[in-house]
Amino acid sequence: MKTTIKTLAVSAVAATALLGAGTAMAEGERYVLVSHAPDSDSWWNTIKNGLALAGEQMDVTVEYRNPPTGDLADMARIIEQAAASGPNGIITTLADPDVLSGPIRAAVESGIDVIIINSGTPDAARGLGALMYVGQPEYDAGFAAGQRAAGDGVSSFLCVNHYISSPSSTERCQGFADGLGVDLGNQMIDSGQDPSEIQNRVTAYLNANPDTDAVLTLGPTSADPTILALEQIGLAGEIYFGTFDLGGDIVNAIRDGVIQWGIDQQPFLQAYLPVVVMTNYHRYGVLPGNNINSGPGFVTADALDLVAELAGEYR
Amino acid sequence: MSSTDAAVDERIKETSKLRKALIRPELGAIVGTIAVFAFFIIFAGDSGMFNAQGVLNWSTVSAQFMIIAVGACMLMIAGEFDLSVGSMIGFAGMSIALISVTLQWPIWVAILLTFALCTAVGALNGIIVVRTGLPSFIVTLAFLFILRGFTIFFPQLIERRTIIGGISERAEGDWLAPLFGGKIGNGLFNWLAEMELIGVFTRGNRMGEPIVDGIPMLIVWAIGLMIVAHIVLTRTQFGNWIFASGGDAQAARYVGVPVNRVKIQMFMFTAFCACVFATCQVMEFGSAGADRGLLKEFEAIIAVVIGGALLTGGYGSVVGAALGALIFGVVQQGLFFAGVESSLFRVFLGVILLFAVILNTYIRRIITGER
Repeated sequence: MKTTIKTLAVSAVAATALLGAGTAMAEGERYVLVSHAPDSDSWWNTIKNGLALAGEQMDVTVEYRNPPTGDLADMARIIEQAAASGPNGIITTLADPDVLSGPIRAAVESGIDVIIINSGTPDAARGLGALMYVGQPEYDAGFAAGQRAAGDGVSSFLCVNHYISSPSSTERCQGFADGLGVDLGNQMIDSGQDPSEIQNRVTAYLNANPDTDAVLTLGPTSADPTILALEQIGLAGEIYFGTFDLGGDIVNAIRDGVIQWGIDQQPFLQAYLPVVVMTNYHRYGVLPGNNINSGPGFVTADALDLVAELAGEYR
Repeated sequence: MSSTDAAVDERIKETSKLRKALIRPELGAIVGTIAVFAFFIIFAGDSGMFNAQGVLNWSTVSAQFMIIAVGACMLMIAGEFDLSVGSMIGFAGMSIALISVTLQWPIWVAILLTFALCTAVGALNGIIVVRTGLPSFIVTLAFLFILRGFTIFFPQLIERRTIIGGISERAEGDWLAPLFGGKIGNGLFNWLAEMELIGVFTRGNRMGEPIVDGIPMLIVWAIGLMIVAHIVLTRTQFGNWIFASGGDAQAARYVGVPVNRVKIQMFMFTAFCACVFATCQVMEFGSAGADRGLLKEFEAIIAVVIGGALLTGGYGSVVGAALGALIFGVVQQGLFFAGVESSLFRVFLGVILLFAVILNTYIRRIITGER
């Protein structure tokens, strides 16, 4: 009997504590990040971690949402719905302006502050009434990478595009081709998202086009299977290999000399900074005066240790 | 002997009214709908899910599911599957985009041609199934890949990209486009906003206008399709033919039902529904993408099964399928409102599907008396 009373008392205290915590949270600002990534895209884990860390440090509620299959029309619905739930701010990507600008503009006009991250351009963000754009200008990043590769003597390449339905993926390949000073033509393949399919297609392309100088991948989804493909056909370390974005396998491959460089757009900052910026804006009314370029930064075999330690988590 | 006695046929087994009310295919879906709404009113009641904007959000998502679920339901009752629905959505959208933007033909021509093309592909699906006797599962699986492949190939070949925009500009002033992308009830919502019953934009160039300014045609299509399909299925001879074709095709042939024709027509209807979905989507967003409609075929089938239809055919209800779509839409959007981690959505989906199937199997056993 005594124990029962004790249990009751303890649970009552616990319940009160929980309730107390609940009200404290309700006073904090709430921010929703809507991405365009399908569940299967591991790269976005860094974004999730950056978002969670910012929420913790700034003492605000943060939520991450995405369309499970990567269908951008579904993403538009998620933005509409995030707006209906009345958050203080929405952080979202502009993967396809045609589909997303309507819902984003409606959110802005119903009084919710919006920051565009990752995909999109500073101009497009301004046009939608967003506070700012935090990300890496994709075409410029591809162009810079192309110039770098041209300096290293590359004149033809294969672009492994695992997300061909996103215009910004194609811009990366186009920028790279323009940076090299060659025509994109048929040098971009639609690899799909499945690792073994990507591996097979890369192998098939390189067998059919043996004079290809370089391989460009657009993220871990296409880079990891491409590394395997190159190892299998004995081109690992032989062919010039550059990639967008970082991940565990990519970092190892950079260290082993299979990949020459990775372009880090520092996704951590894309999730972390908007939360910090918006919280300070809502609390103290201060706002940085410009857009924030989170990348491009080239990661090479030099000074790789910190990157390696945090790859896939915060890098 | 009085006349009332004569009206009672001793061959018909007597069933109580309660039992009759219980053994309906949509029973599980009705119970599920009530349970789902009760759940979200308790856990997400103050999250904005039930304000005008929130209601419009989950209604629109449910209506999307409903449009393809109605087609899938009719086809499933006729005893066949269509796994190409999702690819058909992408294909239809891209067809409208290519015809209107690339070829610069008027939007109404693009829409009509696309409908003709899609129902023709649906008919082809059906003809292959009835001629070869292969399971529709396999035949339509093939079309899932074929259509998706074309949807990626053609825009890349012609326009060198996989998302084609600019359809909104082409659709301006078109007579047919508003039937899919328009909104109705604008006056009503303006009035509601004036009465301060719904929110208005607080800034920007639409300041003072209601946040919800009308009911999308998508929802009107969903309800219209459901009503028409329900009447055809339950009130017409053709409806009986559909049930018969799915229940026992051979027996149906013996009594003179044109089973092959019925099945082909149902494949065409499913394709038609997918095309309605795609047209509404393209008109609303103004662009077509190669990845649109991914996995939608399974979402349609799930809604139909939650709605009480039998995977083997011959049994089901359009109203049930529509309720299944409503449950699906409300759960999908509601979990976000309730603040549940979005990756858990699939877990909930699986659990609901499992529950629905178990409940429906139980109900069916009561009806048929099988053990």
